[in-house]
Amino acid sequence: MRGILGYSAYVPYYRLDRTEVTAALGTGGGRGTRSVAGYDEDATSMSVEASRGLLKSLGGAEKLTPNAVYFSSATPPYLDKTNATVIHAALNLPKHVFAGDVMGSARSVNAALRSALDSSKPTLVVASDVRSGRPGSSDEAALGDAAIAWMIGDDNDAPVIAEWIGGASSTAEFLDRWRQPEWNYSRVWEERFGEHAYLPLVTDAATAALKECNLEPSDIDHVIVAGMHARALRGAARAAGVADRPIADDLTTVIGNTGTPHAGLVLSSVLDKAGPGETIMVVHLADGCDVGFYRTTDAITSYEPAATVASQLEQHAMVDYNKFLTWRGFLDREPPRRPDPEPPYGPPAYRNESWKYGFVGSKDRSTGAVHLPPMRVSVKGGAVDEMDPIPMADVQAKVVTFTIDRLAYSLSPPTIAVVIDFDGGGRFQCQLTNADPDKVKIGDRVEMTFRRILTANGIHNYFWKARPVS
Amino acid sequence: MASRGIKDQVAIVGMGCTPFGEHWDKSVEDMLVEASTEAYASAGIEQDDIDAYWFGTLGSGVSGLTLSRALKIDYKPVTRVENMCATGSEAFRNACYAVASGAYDMVAAVGVEKLKDNGMSGLTGTTIPDDGTKSALTAPAMFSLLAPAYADKYGVDETEMKDVLTRIAWKNHFNGARNPRAQFRKEVGKDTICNAPLIAGQLGIFDCSGVSDGAAAAIIVRAEDAHKYCENPLYVKALAFSAGPAAGPIDPDYDYTTFNEVVACAEDAYAQAGVENPRAEIAMAEVHDCFTPTELVLMEDLGFADRGLGWKEVLAGTYDLDGELPINPDGGLKSFGHPIGASGLRMLFECWLQLRQEAPEDRQIKSVTEAGKTLGMTHNLGGAPGECVSFVSIVGSELG
Repeated sequence: MRGILGYSAYVPYYRLDRTEVTAALGTGGGRGTRSVAGYDEDATSMSVEASRGLLKSLGGAEKLTPNAVYFSSATPPYLDKTNATVIHAALNLPKHVFAGDVMGSARSVNAALRSALDSSKPTLVVASDVRSGRPGSSDEAALGDAAIAWMIGDDNDAPVIAEWIGGASSTAEFLDRWRQPEWNYSRVWEERFGEHAYLPLVTDAATAALKECNLEPSDIDHVIVAGMHARALRGAARAAGVADRPIADDLTTVIGNTGTPHAGLVLSSVLDKAGPGETIMVVHLADGCDVGFYRTTDAITSYEPAATVASQLEQHAMVDYNKFLTWRGFLDREPPRRPDPEPPYGPPAYRNESWKYGFVGSKDRSTGAVHLPPMRVSVKGGAVDEMDPIPMADVQAKVVTFTIDRLAYSLSPPTIAVVIDFDGGGRFQCQLTNADPDKVKIGDRVEMTFRRILTANGIHNYFWKARPVS
Repeated sequence: MASRGIKDQVAIVGMGCTPFGEHWDKSVEDMLVEASTEAYASAGIEQDDIDAYWFGTLGSGVSGLTLSRALKIDYKPVTRVENMCATGSEAFRNACYAVASGAYDMVAAVGVEKLKDNGMSGLTGTTIPDDGTKSALTAPAMFSLLAPAYADKYGVDETEMKDVLTRIAWKNHFNGARNPRAQFRKEVGKDTICNAPLIAGQLGIFDCSGVSDGAAAAIIVRAEDAHKYCENPLYVKALAFSAGPAAGPIDPDYDYTTFNEVVACAEDAYAQAGVENPRAEIAMAEVHDCFTPTELVLMEDLGFADRGLGWKEVLAGTYDLDGELPINPDGGLKSFGHPIGASGLRMLFECWLQLRQEAPEDRQIKSVTEAGKTLGMTHNLGGAPGECVSFVSIVGSELG
């Protein structure tokens, strides 16, 4: 049996109230909220967070090491340079594990999933988008940000929680949505045309998939409809012949349409609540239509996601529209009179890969003193080269002292800095994110989160920050 | 192994110090010429009398050439030193040792910094290529980490803590207002200080030292030669320096209410000078008040207050100009300004004036003029809480 061994959705902490757009611009916006990646997040960093949750649920990468990592995104932070290597490094995966990008369009995620399902090895597939649109556009308000990670494998790797039954696709070339690599927004064709093009493709793929899997619509317990064409999505269940089956909440009123990861995000919310033996149909409209069927197994009952989608919807803070525009680069604000931020340099980042990306420190074998960053000479007793690596990314800590730096350069000032002591030893000074500067206090509990600290000279500086324990 | 010190072996016989401030019309060379020629005149010597130079700057030039080019020094040794904000003190310390060693008869220590030409707010660091994982906190943010930790440890509430910090800034502005060479020469009301825009943590704009340009210089000879140049030289009683393992940011045993480096080098300095009760024996101290919480913590680290009680002493006025132990009678880094490479020598310049009773009348301290105390201290540090370099000197107007 092959299928999903585990999954983990990541919904960023911030929400934008769509009515704020309307209030500011007199146009655009709408009702409800959309999810907003923090100013220090991107598709790669969110993929790390989703993947960390996945590995945690599966007992760690030592217990189940993926054979490959596929990163899928329509909003990749880098071109030319592989993004998946950052995820690979942040997860402390062995060097022999392949990591590659499958990206460009929202359909890329299905390329990655097909490849993983066709393989015979455990494969980590992670998808994420940070979605923007021009101020006042439909995309700006309707879209959202998220990441989703799956471990695909056989039941001899780990218990399969949702078996892959099969599926079918249809493909067509037509202008629905497009974007030049240098654009920070997408363009779309007139929506009635897309609806015209999509719905027959949905019918074809759904019919073929049901036949392929020997299923009748009445066998289906959950229908998930995803894609970026809102008008076509509204008619998709009918076109697939499953309009009378339970249609899963598409989460767009709260999170928005997150593009590449969205079908997986909705699937996660279904799996969060599903019992054994439930059949799930995923209908994904993206330059054609991909239809797939999963059936949950008895193992679903013992699977604990790191954080359910519902719990992540509860844990949030609102971001005002001015900040949202600033974070997305649509509002170029006056910086402080400070030097331009420095990028990380190649050779030191290369030398310190396990520290910078994996947050691995060193631990003195005799005194147990934990060193962050790793050091050769112990701060307790001075022993030289008597250290073992110690991964600290999943260890919680408490705030020892803190400050609010109003002078430092940041895309979202002020910067909150904390000195934190980790449970079981080790101290570090770092930024605190997802926090209200007025509420930080000594003794607060924090955990580590992987972030894009800044971008300079086109180089993204990925590193770890603390955030309040949810 | 011991730090033996060079008590009473060398003496300062001349000093110079430019006004500190925004010297838009003066270059690094201009300030070096002014501080040096003032020091030469003060000692009654010519440049050719000097056998060697120690030159301190953090970033306003590289190598001894920065000084020798400006002064047209004729083929003498010029050593450029750098030790962050303690750079000026480090130039002085090494210059003193050169004379004490017998290698030279007369040396000069010169420090300079030009901070205002780069157009930035606050201090800016030197870029060393790294992996992007180091804390990018600004200087006020790093030192502001002291305030909540101190308040939490000693049960000082947020309002009281703000009053203490405000009191320190108010005092240093009061002193600086009586100093014609200071960058800020106005008294500033406590309300103005307290309500100023916040920079980092509890620290407002008035809790931060002045970013400025300036230079200072000292002429040093063997103690037995001092009276050839000067009727009332200052004798060097102690020179202590401490660089630690920079453990604070990585060691949970550090609690952000002290500078271990300061404690270590103060202890060394007192031993060298034979000072047993610093609070009673020292007439005045120029300390590194880069930010107001630093001065508070230094009062305890230097032994001027018991642990956890420094804040009460501040509020009681112990360290005021007319208090029991005047701290930063020249206005300190806060009001005199902080051109990095010059600051350590500027602190010494105030000892030079006060201990020899040459300070302007409205700034003279009673611990010297009335109580007859003869010892002054300079304390200079560079870095951040938990990872700094610290310097302490003790100088005196009498031998023995």
